[in-house]
Amino acid sequence: MIGLEHYLTVAAALFVIAIFGIFVNRKNVIVILMSIELMLLSVNINLVAFSAHLGDLVGQVFTMFVLTVAAAEAAIGLAILVCFFRNRGSIAVDDVNVMKG
Amino acid sequence: MISADLSVVLPEIVLAVYAMGALLAAVYTGKDKAAPVLVWTTAALFFALAAWTGLTAGEARTAFGGAIVDDGFARFAKVVILVSAGAVLLMSKDYMRRQKTLLFEFPVLVALSVVGMMLMVSAHDLMTLYMGLELQSLALYVVAAIRRDSVKATEAGLKYFVLGALSSGLLLYGASLTYGYAGTTLFSGILSTLGEGEMSIGLLIGLVFMITGLAFKVSAVPFHMWTPDVYEGAPTPVTAFFASAPKMAAMGLFARVLHDAFGAVPGDWGQVVAVLSLLSMALGAVAAIGQRNIKRLMAYSSIAHMGYALMGLAAGTQLGVQAMLIYMAIYVTMSVGTFAFILSMEKDGQPVTDIRSLNMYAAREPLKALAMLVLLFSLAGVPPLVGFFGKFYVVRAAVDAGLVWLAVAGVVASVVGAFYYLRIVFYMYFGEEGDARLDGAMPPVLWGMLMISAFAMVAGVINLFGVEGLALTAAETLVN
Repeated sequence: MIGLEHYLTVAAALFVIAIFGIFVNRKNVIVILMSIELMLLSVNINLVAFSAHLGDLVGQVFTMFVLTVAAAEAAIGLAILVCFFRNRGSIAVDDVNVMKG
Repeated sequence: MISADLSVVLPEIVLAVYAMGALLAAVYTGKDKAAPVLVWTTAALFFALAAWTGLTAGEARTAFGGAIVDDGFARFAKVVILVSAGAVLLMSKDYMRRQKTLLFEFPVLVALSVVGMMLMVSAHDLMTLYMGLELQSLALYVVAAIRRDSVKATEAGLKYFVLGALSSGLLLYGASLTYGYAGTTLFSGILSTLGEGEMSIGLLIGLVFMITGLAFKVSAVPFHMWTPDVYEGAPTPVTAFFASAPKMAAMGLFARVLHDAFGAVPGDWGQVVAVLSLLSMALGAVAAIGQRNIKRLMAYSSIAHMGYALMGLAAGTQLGVQAMLIYMAIYVTMSVGTFAFILSMEKDGQPVTDIRSLNMYAAREPLKALAMLVLLFSLAGVPPLVGFFGKFYVVRAAVDAGLVWLAVAGVVASVVGAFYYLRIVFYMYFGEEGDARLDGAMPPVLWGMLMISAFAMVAGVINLFGVEGLALTAAETLVN
């Protein structure tokens, strides 16, 4: 029997992977965008699991909002990344370093 | 029912419809040639909505099943947001036109982010909170990178986007846990669940994640690392905007979450907020000392100021919320005035941000130097200027709540922080005569904002323009 705690564990694992993807990753910024997406989706698993567990539809409505925002966020993130690439000629994380201090 | 619901959010609807209409109109007519007109109409609409929101005082109203609330607290925050956003927009026009970077998207994006901010401060449900926050953030990411041809601006936009999206994710994870363990997304429902008994571990983790996400948005230490880079990299008018309205909105949302949703357990969040406040004040005071770039310096200054505002929240009392609101209103006024001066810092038509370029500025421009001196003293919290009273209120709130150590740390940090404000004053009045001369001319709008803001810092000592009473009314509706 798969219960609420199993879903919460999967979501927490995905969430931690996403955080590591943002901070440990040294390759390129696309991976960071994917990690952000993964983070929002792990929250969706949480919300749907709670919604089913509580017998309350609000969690699923919340999920719809999160999906919409995730799409908008990916679009804006990619747009900013394209502008950055045009100016800098690279999307390596180590090259995002003009300003320091 | 639906018309009653819609009438509560009418100002937001007006602004959102205006933003979309303005975007379409500008695209089909003059594109960037329409930008100056759009700036004026958007700013005029902000001031009109501020007057509308401020003058229709009355009972708190809720809409959409309690998801949105329009009470005294929301109105106070909305008026500060709208007035400061309008002022910054007017200041931006001349600067951007001279740099040939005035795009028609700028006023539209500012209008959309202001809609998000207005929703944030009236949020009474986790969904409204998240949607308002994202509406604000998504517009701000684009505004930070609005100069598409600049390496610094796009890098600032990219950094702001990545860290902003991370913080939204943390906040959302906290919101999902809060929903699961409280069984509802309504703040009133969460409050009554907490009021019934022990706080479950799930709710506690949810609360901590939400505080983390919000601390990112107000740039409190240790979640401040994006602030200096974004302030430096973004175009100066955008930096001026970042330092005013979004800060007020984020602090308003912070207070909403802590008091409306988690008000039954102030002991659980009070200490976390006190630590955030202490670290922000300390780092803001120390890290700015080595800065020569005035925009980076203002970034650390804003981190320190957020620390003082959080001190009011850490108290967890009605007086604390009142002190936070007074502090934010004063901070936003000072910030707008200071950035009016920074926007006018130019040499041969090119913007300058090095503070050494202010050498002997007072000998050439005594009046403007005096206004800037008043603002810097006020930022440092030197009595008898208004900035001192802001600090006085938050320190009093902290002492009343038994946080004497935090109040003492705040006073010490304020003394240390005074150094870097006074150094700018030193350069202006006693610096060496160098060749780093700034152009003398200053557009009338910037001159007006600088003088109004500096005058308010002096004249406000009489009664703070009644902000004290208004903030008290606002705090009473939030904490009871």
